[in-house]
Amino acid sequence: MKRLLMTTVAAGAVFAATAAFADSIKIGFMATLEGTYTVLGEDGQRGFEIAMREAGRKAGGKDIEVIVGATDASPESALRAVRKLVEQDKVDIIVGPLSGSEGIALRDYAKTQPQVTIVNGISGAQETTFVDPAPNFFRFNMDGAQWGAGLGEHVFNTKGWKTVAAVAEDYSFGYTNFLGFALGYCNAGGKITERLWVPLGTKDFASIIASLPDDVDALYLGLGGGDAVNFLNQYQQAGGDAALIGGTIMVDGTVLSSKGNAKKALIGTPSSGPQADTWDNAKWQGFIKSYQDAFPPEKRFPSPSLLATGYYNAANAALTCLNETGGDLSDGHKKFRGCLANLELDAPNGKITLDGNRQAIGSNFVFEVFEQDDGNLGTKMVTKIDNVNQTLGLDEAKFRELGLPSRDIVQCN
Amino acid sequence: MTDWDLRRIPSAYWVVGALLLMMPAISSNFILFSIFGWALILGMIALSLMFLGGYGGMVSLVQMTVAGVAGYMTAILGDSAIDAISLGWVWWLAVPVAILIAMVFGTLSGALAVRTEGIYTIMITLAIATAFFYFARQNYVVFNGFSGFNQILAPEAFGVNWRNPVAFYYLALFFAGLAYFAVLYVSRSPFGLALQGIRDNPRRMAALGFNVTAHRIAAYTFASLIAAVAGVLLVWQTSSISPGAISVGPAIDILIIAVVGGLRHPVGPFIGAIIFVLLRTFALDALVAVGLAGERFQLLIGIGFLVIVFWSSDGVLGLWQRWRDRAGRTDPLTGQQKDAG
Repeated sequence: MKRLLMTTVAAGAVFAATAAFADSIKIGFMATLEGTYTVLGEDGQRGFEIAMREAGRKAGGKDIEVIVGATDASPESALRAVRKLVEQDKVDIIVGPLSGSEGIALRDYAKTQPQVTIVNGISGAQETTFVDPAPNFFRFNMDGAQWGAGLGEHVFNTKGWKTVAAVAEDYSFGYTNFLGFALGYCNAGGKITERLWVPLGTKDFASIIASLPDDVDALYLGLGGGDAVNFLNQYQQAGGDAALIGGTIMVDGTVLSSKGNAKKALIGTPSSGPQADTWDNAKWQGFIKSYQDAFPPEKRFPSPSLLATGYYNAANAALTCLNETGGDLSDGHKKFRGCLANLELDAPNGKITLDGNRQAIGSNFVFEVFEQDDGNLGTKMVTKIDNVNQTLGLDEAKFRELGLPSRDIVQCN
Repeated sequence: MTDWDLRRIPSAYWVVGALLLMMPAISSNFILFSIFGWALILGMIALSLMFLGGYGGMVSLVQMTVAGVAGYMTAILGDSAIDAISLGWVWWLAVPVAILIAMVFGTLSGALAVRTEGIYTIMITLAIATAFFYFARQNYVVFNGFSGFNQILAPEAFGVNWRNPVAFYYLALFFAGLAYFAVLYVSRSPFGLALQGIRDNPRRMAALGFNVTAHRIAAYTFASLIAAVAGVLLVWQTSSISPGAISVGPAIDILIIAVVGGLRHPVGPFIGAIIFVLLRTFALDALVAVGLAGERFQLLIGIGFLVIVFWSSDGVLGLWQRWRDRAGRTDPLTGQQKDAG
């Protein structure tokens, strides 16, 4: 025991010594580098890395030192990681986390550590900035509901699908993302006849597929990662041929670049999210190119996922403001935070500004899945909706009246 | 009763005790709260497994779940950010009831498991742990599903804010110490001796008139008390609980901690826990420091445990024992000093 204590103290001394470089700024990077979302976390890390390389690992005339914290998408793991980064490594800025519940945990933690500024990675729970937000928590990505904006109208008006049944994951992001779709779809006049909520990590969808109604025009699928691939496989084997509508992570790079033929069922599927591959904006195409150039093909997706873009934007927001303030973090990051709050981030996926809760207002894309010449699946832009705010254009009081996202929010059957 | 002679307390206790009590003077809040706080709590949960495994011969994987039940009940009965579910009872009511419910859960799990032996005990307890994990993850009415509960804060009581890292460290140290000495005491009590007899030969103990099943279930109840107290401390430490905390991974972690530390003495689980926590926290930095890719840190953790178990089937305690035997060159049977060479 005693020897262990000595080792601990010695280890502590080593880590304390690395903190001695006064003229560097420490950024703690957090993402899901273990567990179900590892692939997503690794792509987020690529986005962060591109931003760091572009800046030459310097900002405001100071060196940037990056310390990595790994989580597994659970709030506990996020808290352990952030505590170590803040209390042991004494980082100035956190860039992260990736997953919804982690974001909520960090919002609460941020309030107890006013000396640190947290720039959200890509976590998309609405509550994080909408309910009791922390003054030192900034989010430059839109939340799950904003990512659903425009899809409902497109599906009802352009596609002419009047009734929809939904299959989505039974947790906060699933509800939030669905809410964005349902609000637009119901207001346009559509009917959602059935909602089937499946637990995260479901492998066997047989009972869900059997209970899907036949008399609907389309199926909304709000599944992600392995769940999405499993569902598509089993749905095809069961002979399903309904038109599909995809939630944001249903048509993410992680699904579109999966092995096997299941993903082919997605060709032509409309979906929405913060980016679309074919958007002919020079800055966006430039970002795709720098993503492809930065990593060898086997170590990346064909094009950046929204996780890479999200972390790239978060890191860039922090670096931009460090440059603008000359790395001045005195007086409780006063200048730095003032800069972040008023920043108009010229992001590859459209201009992003923050509202009074330090939540992003940005552009949302409605797109369809298509097969590229090389056989890879990509997303073809249909429309782009600018200035999507957290209340989806509604009056705030009216939006709050809807209630926080849950299974039954926004009814129209 | 024995008379309390201070000279009979081994010197190691004085050294370790003094060091632990003085920790706040020499270490940062992070070390106190996130390293030692966490290690003491995990050590307690592993201690409950060590008690069942080491003295009762029953390897139970349900101990993390018992701690989780206590944690969930603290959140549900007490205060959390999910005020649609949390009942908001005061802590002196919520915590004892939470511990009681967890003990009932642990006892019932034990009652199911004790009629089996060896690998079947492991399977049954693992099944209970997995079932509870899936239940908590899919039940939204009571357990709030995937997100669980957040903002479960340690109370302010007796004029002390127990959220404070130093206060929390002493709180964890107090209960860990209590659990340690309780296990030590029980292991030498008639009940503990009977339990060890049952471990070695249940048939003979039954023939001698001992109720084997009742002894085993009682052992589960006692172990559940330790795990439940640790569970309450754990939610206070992380200020949240979600199904991720009680999934199969953490349940296996507890077994790893107990085995790596050593099952022959109650101090083993605590040694295992501190090694586990240090590896979990610093493995990534250690890899980066020597210029390797950080994403392989799980490998380092695995290798660390493999090395310990490879060199000593009885964990760190076994290593220590062998090293002392060699250094002192005492004969393991007679205890006499051997000649050099």
